[in-house]
Amino acid sequence: MNHPHDLPNQKHSLIGKRIPLIDAFRKATGQAIYTDDIKLPGQVVGKILRSPHPHAKILSIDVSEAENIPGVHAIVTGRDAENCFGVLPVSQDETALAVDKVLFIGDNVAAVAADTEEIALRALGAIKVEYQVLRPFLKMEESLEQVPEELRLHPKTYDGTNIHKQVEQDFGDFDRAYDEALWKKRQSFRFIGVTHAFTEPMCTIAFFDADERLTVWSATQVPHYLHRALAKVLEMPMHRIRVIRPTVGGGFGGKSDPFPHEMVAALLSRKCRRPVKILFDREEVFYSNHGRHPSKIDVALAIDKNHKISGLHVDALIDGGAWGSFGVVTAYYNGVLANGPYKLPNFRYRGRRVYSNKPPCGAMRGHGAVNTRYAYEILLDEAAHDLGLDPAAFRRDNVLPPNTKTINELRITTSGIGECIDRAVEASSWKDKYGKLPFGHGIGIAGGFYISGSALPIHWDKIPQSTVHLKVDLDGGVTIHSLAAEIGQGSDTMLAQIVADVLGLPIDYCRVFSEDTDTAPIDLGSYSSRVTFMAGNAARRAAEELRKALIQAAADLSGYPPEVFILKDEKVINCTRPEIQVSYREAVRRAMKDCGALQSSGCYQAPPMGGKFKGAAAGLSPTYSFQAFVVELSVDLQTGKPKLHDVWAAHDCGKALNPLAVEGQIEGSIHMGLGQVLCEEFAYNKGNVLNPNFLDYRTLSPMEMPRVHPILVETCDPEGPFGAKECGEGPLLPILPAVSNALFDAIGIRFYELPITADRIWRALERQKKSSATLV
Amino acid sequence: MNQTRTKDTGSSTGNPKESFGNTLRFLTLRVNGSELRCAAPPKALLLDVLREEFNLIGTKRGCDMGTCGCCNVLLDGQAVPSCLVLAFDCEGKEIQTVEGLSVEVDGHLHPLQSAWAHSGGSQCGFCTPGFLMTAKELLEHNPHPSRDEIAEALSGNVCRCTGYKKILDAVECAAQQLQGISQEEER
Ligand code: FES
Ligand code: FES
Repeated sequence: MNHPHDLPNQKHSLIGKRIPLIDAFRKATGQAIYTDDIKLPGQVVGKILRSPHPHAKILSIDVSEAENIPGVHAIVTGRDAENCFGVLPVSQDETALAVDKVLFIGDNVAAVAADTEEIALRALGAIKVEYQVLRPFLKMEESLEQVPEELRLHPKTYDGTNIHKQVEQDFGDFDRAYDEALWKKRQSFRFIGVTHAFTEPMCTIAFFDADERLTVWSATQVPHYLHRALAKVLEMPMHRIRVIRPTVGGGFGGKSDPFPHEMVAALLSRKCRRPVKILFDREEVFYSNHGRHPSKIDVALAIDKNHKISGLHVDALIDGGAWGSFGVVTAYYNGVLANGPYKLPNFRYRGRRVYSNKPPCGAMRGHGAVNTRYAYEILLDEAAHDLGLDPAAFRRDNVLPPNTKTINELRITTSGIGECIDRAVEASSWKDKYGKLPFGHGIGIAGGFYISGSALPIHWDKIPQSTVHLKVDLDGGVTIHSLAAEIGQGSDTMLAQIVADVLGLPIDYCRVFSEDTDTAPIDLGSYSSRVTFMAGNAARRAAEELRKALIQAAADLSGYPPEVFILKDEKVINCTRPEIQVSYREAVRRAMKDCGALQSSGCYQAPPMGGKFKGAAAGLSPTYSFQAFVVELSVDLQTGKPKLHDVWAAHDCGKALNPLAVEGQIEGSIHMGLGQVLCEEFAYNKGNVLNPNFLDYRTLSPMEMPRVHPILVETCDPEGPFGAKECGEGPLLPILPAVSNALFDAIGIRFYELPITADRIWRALERQKKSSATLV
Repeated sequence: MNQTRTKDTGSSTGNPKESFGNTLRFLTLRVNGSELRCAAPPKALLLDVLREEFNLIGTKRGCDMGTCGCCNVLLDGQAVPSCLVLAFDCEGKEIQTVEGLSVEVDGHLHPLQSAWAHSGGSQCGFCTPGFLMTAKELLEHNPHPSRDEIAEALSGNVCRCTGYKKILDAVECAAQQLQGISQEEER
């Protein structure tokens, strides 16, 4: 397909170039300003009193003593703002502070604003709360029971249970496929929770000023949703609220919900009319969690006599913790996103997300797709092994073709899954290694695919999902206004690269302002891997508008028709007679002549797509990324300790707008995925988080990282900006099962429970020695 | 949860000298080649003084317990988590923060900083200042580290974004550059 922007004569000067992120120098000098680096005159400290019980009724809260402590400026409790909020309009079940009940250890009970942290903490200690302890729901299975109303965590649950969301889907005829299968297996998998562990703790400053306007600075991935939630909870119109996102120290989904502490800072500030800062300590970050859901996933897979995948049945029980968060989406994604990258003719799914009295779970890199992906890819590997097939070739034979629809009506356009498998196989010398390495040394493969943004926005108000405004200065500098949140993934750089490329300018002509709801048009923010595709498209369109104006100006100045001009090297050039040129600045001045301000706007909205059945919107995306990873590792047979050697990570990102940034996303995803498969675990005892710090919640150190070889597969998506698709989340999916499959190749043992720690491997090896069974 | 993090910096309503019996004392520190002074209670931590009193906000607070390395600074050339060091113990010592890196090279970027930017060593960047200081200590003691040695030296610093590969690239690249500079100086 021809792109309007792929003019034959205009070569890309910036697209596809390895360039440093535009904020890299600010970050390398310590000049980037994060929320906690901001200090406003008169600012006071906000602190939250947290629940010591996993489930309890609040009988009374007495703040009288705390109020009288000198230096205390405001105290708020749940009664100060009872309006519910939540990231999804369909399940708004959070309040700024607990109103009647606390739902987990660490739940927000009351908050204080005081001159210093010490005074604030003393005041928290002086608040007297009377609780009536209720039976806690800590195991997923308990939440399936029908219970009296007072034991339900929220008013809206299924059938008197604590089930938050239940999803059932059935496509084709799974039973028949299973009956007729050549190979089939049912297997149950267990996954513990993991969390984002971004390095910057949550931080928010709120200031309700003398004009009765509220400004909130917050480390957030989605300023727009925060803006909406503040308006609802504080009962203020959005135009009196301004949200500013300073530099964000990592998010990975963990800063994409609007959070209670953001509401609380605003409420405190409204009460005391001073700026209030709430900065979490590391322990509080763990207590607010929103990480990956623990789950129990039962999978049944059928392979037919032609060695084709003929049926998949997924039954997922998902532990949501105390609140809804993104949970409705999670409940769908655990099944829906199993429909690629392989062709699947029969698919049945049941997903149940339950509430429990633990810190809430939410969206985390690879949201909803990771655990089911693991289960699916392990069973595929088992099938290949049992059928005597090469697992790479077996997958290759089953891939979804491009330009197709899955059985659940996901619209697949470009797909590089075949090329991903081929190139990962080639680069890793798979054929020389698979099944041929000595005992204790192994190689494994797995695939994956992921959405490039959700096609249907969660708010149904029919505004574009991304809009970008451009403003040109007198000397030609371009200011880019967007609300796509730069959270370290490089979205500001992406916007600048696209705009500068379209206009034929060096990148430093562009400045990006992507942090302020007062100046930026709406963008749905940085989650679901949507920004490059959606905000990138909006930026491209806005820049094309400007290009048109500049070319018209050059045509007016030179007397040649607009069609002959291109923009290149700060010039507007007549490509039929290259000696005819108008400098970029001349063109800018001419274009400004009659309007004074040279501005443009571009937006993106996903085209209509998808089926008519219930839940058809879940998993729909304008395009999908694809990936296939090969892992090589060895196991210390004495201790069970795995050592990862190499990862060949082939990822179809459509077009690598900036390969340096794409590789960074792949490498970072691999680090996070390796953590989940090998060592990370959000551990609880009776609802209490056991390891709320970086010492006990261990992520992989640089010494434990394998050599990562990113392989960029470019399928040039016709709808993506310059062909680009996502690269921030998909690359997390295949690493977990690829490691597990490599472990099987190494020691002949399958692992159905994560994380696969050294002691689990060691125990499995011991059992293996005692019996000849290969299953654990 | 709810432990006291910062020192008591005094209040706008009460007398700072009396706040909870933490008598303020005068503190003099040598930071990035300058002598800086403030009043602080004896228990003040170096990280708090740097950030709150001296406004050297390049040094980041990631955990307050010595586990992330975001707050690393050089104390007499040694990388330490400033969240675990008492400020008064640093009197008489040479402290360097990320802001001091470019001071050292006449306001230009230190080779580590430009290597970081060009290699993609920062994504969110929150870990970067701490890593830079740790890497600087390494290169001063071991100008030609192997990749494994770099990984080992940096293993007290957490980065959740990059997967460390480009961070190791950056250190390798800076080591080469610094070597070039020192050879030039010899000539
Ligand atoms: S803040 Fe000092 S090590 Fe984390
Ligand atoms: S760049 Fe984000 S933590 Fe290192």
